[in-house]
Amino acid sequence: MIEIKDLHKSYKMGSNSLHVLKGINFKAEDGELVAIMGSSGSGKSTLLNILGMLDEADSGEYVLDGIPIKNLNETKAAKYRNKFLGFVFQSFNLINYKNAMENVSLPLYYQGMGRKERNEKALKYLEQVGLKPWATHLPNELSGGQKQRVAIARAMAAEPKLLLADEPTGALDSTTSYEVMDLIQKINDAGNTILVVTHEEDIAHMCKRIIHLKDGVIVEDKKVKQVRAADYVQ
Amino acid sequence: MKFLFDRNTWQEIYGSIRKNKVRTIITVIGVTWGIFIYIALSGAAKGMDNGFEEAFETVAINSMFAWAQNTSMPYAGFKTGRPIQLKLGDVQVLKNRIPEIETIAPRNVRGFFGTPQANISRGGTTGNYTVYGDFPDFTKISTKKIYDNGRFLNDEDIEQARKVCVIGERTQKELFDKDEDPIGGYIRIDKVYFQVVGVHKFVPGGGFEGDGDIFIPFTTYRKLYNTGDDVMWFSIAAYNDADVIQVEKDVKAVLKNIHKVHPEDERAFGSFNLGEIFNKIIGFSKGITFLSLIVGIATILAGVIGIGNILLISVKERTKELGVRRALGATPREVRNQIIMESVVLTLLSGVIGIILGALVLAGINNATQDIDFPYNNPTVPIPLVLAALAIMVILGTLIGLIPAQRAVSIKPIDALREE
Repeated sequence: MIEIKDLHKSYKMGSNSLHVLKGINFKAEDGELVAIMGSSGSGKSTLLNILGMLDEADSGEYVLDGIPIKNLNETKAAKYRNKFLGFVFQSFNLINYKNAMENVSLPLYYQGMGRKERNEKALKYLEQVGLKPWATHLPNELSGGQKQRVAIARAMAAEPKLLLADEPTGALDSTTSYEVMDLIQKINDAGNTILVVTHEEDIAHMCKRIIHLKDGVIVEDKKVKQVRAADYVQ
Repeated sequence: MKFLFDRNTWQEIYGSIRKNKVRTIITVIGVTWGIFIYIALSGAAKGMDNGFEEAFETVAINSMFAWAQNTSMPYAGFKTGRPIQLKLGDVQVLKNRIPEIETIAPRNVRGFFGTPQANISRGGTTGNYTVYGDFPDFTKISTKKIYDNGRFLNDEDIEQARKVCVIGERTQKELFDKDEDPIGGYIRIDKVYFQVVGVHKFVPGGGFEGDGDIFIPFTTYRKLYNTGDDVMWFSIAAYNDADVIQVEKDVKAVLKNIHKVHPEDERAFGSFNLGEIFNKIIGFSKGITFLSLIVGIATILAGVIGIGNILLISVKERTKELGVRRALGATPREVRNQIIMESVVLTLLSGVIGIILGALVLAGINNATQDIDFPYNNPTVPIPLVLAALAIMVILGTLIGLIPAQRAVSIKPIDALREE
């Protein structure tokens, strides 16, 4: 599914250059649930941005589902993001003047799908995250956990090849964190490939594989026995 | 262009405009005010234009009046201060010497220039009215609308010095019964019986004439008041292509020559040139129209710039939202189009509101000026001008929208989404 070879990325800070990623290599198969861990400054967010085509690597290869991702202009990157990727952010990033259903259907709008069809689909995904009764609620009428579930529904609505979650539980208390992880595990059980960036050990152990980043290189890459989040959810 | 006809586009635009109602309203007010000023001003100017045009409708524009006064310089053995009297014979001399003259109507009047009004009576009713002694040619210079069944004075009236008269609306009202036909009826003008042949409709705005005026044949007038060949003033119309200001000078020069007045005596003859006055008034109303155009466009421009400014702030505020949209697959083009469309929609919306408000105010002005004695009529803005204003607003809205749109596109999604 994902293949990364010798990925380098540095940022220019005035006259200095900050080398953030110093040769990353890894592969992820279909249906994997990978946690990317590391302290702040380790380069995990940069890696996720490159995987999410929000940023481009200086050198190295990135192949997504057999498609080499390189030399993207903004328009092409936007199309690829729309087709291949789903994003879940720490601060949810729902559009606050759109209700839950409209938020979920937004990626479908950019796919050019008709209004009726995309609202139906959005409702289907809201139902999967258990929020169908909240479809017409605005984000500020939802709790944090509910917002993140709407965000997950939005990420899944476009049926992406890869789901990228950047600290999906960073803004949630532990109970709701586990609920969200339970949802992510269920989506993974259905066969979706998911990458989760986190710095919380317990969240990382709810994935199937943990990659540790430190100072821009992978220092550890291990498979773990998955802790089911459902065990913690009453 | 396809996105223009896509309902989804409009839903997105509506959604983001609706989001911040107060800001939208304040933004809209700027342009609404601009277009309102433009519509109201240019409509009001047009009304004045129409009013003036209506006031001059009945008068030949290239016409003038000339009258005699006292000399101010001694000449040819005459001392200064000699009163000059225009004579009927002057007419032919003027016509012969000045080919640009189309018509000359010599006129006399009782009721102005120190003469008392004539005493008019019919049955037991009496009143004082102004009486003019006129030639039929006078109507070529200042048209007289005559009510049905009636007529103005004609050449036979002049030749035979008939005792006929044309009376005014007010005269009719005061001397005749309501449902009585005045035509063929008799009235007494200074104790002489005259038959009424017509009733003229009074049109305000044309000089010192009124709705009670009575016109009688010049030849009858001179018998009645024993004025001989004396003429009080000439109404003169020049041909359309003639320079009426030059004609005015020529007429005075010829009159000085006939009456043995010093060629440089500026006081001996007075004259009044309608063409010159008319040009001045037309120039004035053109100036007002032009001014309203400038003011309107400047105000619209200020409003549109306001919209651009607000959208720029709005883009900054919506950095995150735009980043999310980009992450979810919005192409730069889609983001740009959305911002530009928001700008155009806001501009157009405010424009339409402004036009409606302007039209209401013009309708109000129209109602308020219906019955007042002021040259004002039908204040309107022609539809092509309104459409042009709308087109200008779409163009300006697009142009000004380009700035925030470019700003929106230049935001990288990664920067937009970076956690604080």
